[in-house]
Parts: sequence; C-alpha cells; structure tokens
Amino acid sequence: MAMDATEIERMIKEALPDAQVEIRDLAGDGNHYAANVVSPSFKGKTRIQQHQIVYAALKGNMGGVLHALALQTAAE
Amino acid sequence: MASVHEQIDNEVKTNDVVLFMKGTPQFPQCGFSSQVVQILEYLGVPYKSVNVLESADMRQGVKDYTNWPTVPQLYVKGEFVGGCDIVREMFQSGELTTHMTTAGIPAKQVAQA
Repeated sequence: MAMDATEIERMIKEALPDAQVEIRDLAGDGNHYAANVVSPSFKGKTRIQQHQIVYAALKGNMGGVLHALALQTAAE
Repeated sequence: MASVHEQIDNEVKTNDVVLFMKGTPQFPQCGFSSQVVQILEYLGVPYKSVNVLESADMRQGVKDYTNWPTVPQLYVKGEFVGGCDIVREMFQSGELTTHMTTAGIPAKQVAQA
C-alpha cells in the first residue's frame, strides 16, 4: 500500500487551504516522505499540535498506509 | 489485568523518561526508533524503553493514548514530548537538553552547530 505525493499534498491543502506544502519523496516506495507545511493557522500552537493537525488532515493514513512522513511545520 | 491505557499511564507516570519504540535499544526495529535511542544515549539520559512490537494492543494503545499515529513516542515526566521529528529538532536546537534539565533530569549540553 502506498500514497503518492500529490495525494498527500491535496489532503493537507484540503484541511489547510492557506498552507504552503512541500513534499519530498525519501525512498521512491510511496511510503517514506518528508513534508514541510507552513500555515498561518499554526500560529500559537505547539509543534505537537501542529503535527496533529497535519496527521488529522491525512485522515488516518498516517502510520497505516503511509509509514513515514518526516514532518516540519511552521506558522510563517 | 490492567487495560493497555492503564499500563501506559502507569509507565509514563512512574518513570521520568519513557520511550515507546519498535524493538529495543540494543535491537531497534525501525530507523526512527533507533534515532531517538541514539539521541537519548548521546545526552546520557536514563530512560525506560517499551517495545510496542511485543503486543498489538500496546502498539495501537500508545497511538490512542496521546492521539499520535506513529511510534517512537518520547515522554518526560508523564508529558508527551514528541515523535522522531520533534525530538530530533529539539535535540539539534539544544531545546531537548533544556527540557530535560528543567524537568530535573541530567542531560549533556549539545554543542551548537
């Protein structure tokens, strides 16, 4: 099972319309990606909360279909 | 027998530093888990490790416990600190050492890059 980068980006942007999303494929197996997500809606939130917002956007795929997503988030 | 939630709750409340990981510090079964092990060992922080692969309930339970979908998970004084990304980011910035020492746990200073 795997996901492709455009699918991950689409899901994150669906939940965070104002986000800038950059996805890098780490292993070419559809299972290991790095994502950089910048969104003003992260302002005032802890890193953990920011990452949880992104995981929620992926609607349960994180940790299941998608094995690894090295995540970096920022408010601006 | 205590529920998985109670087991996890007990682990994080009775040990200062707990790392839920895949495998053991000697034989980590996942690159991300082994990265956090190396960070904790570099800092010289004493910690309790829990191998979530030993039980499917534990593996799912730890994700439900703190609404975090992946392992490894690091807890300090009962508080969820983060997974591999956050722990590495905090380590590189020196924030992890500050977090530990503020919580009264001895940890080596990190030379700033």
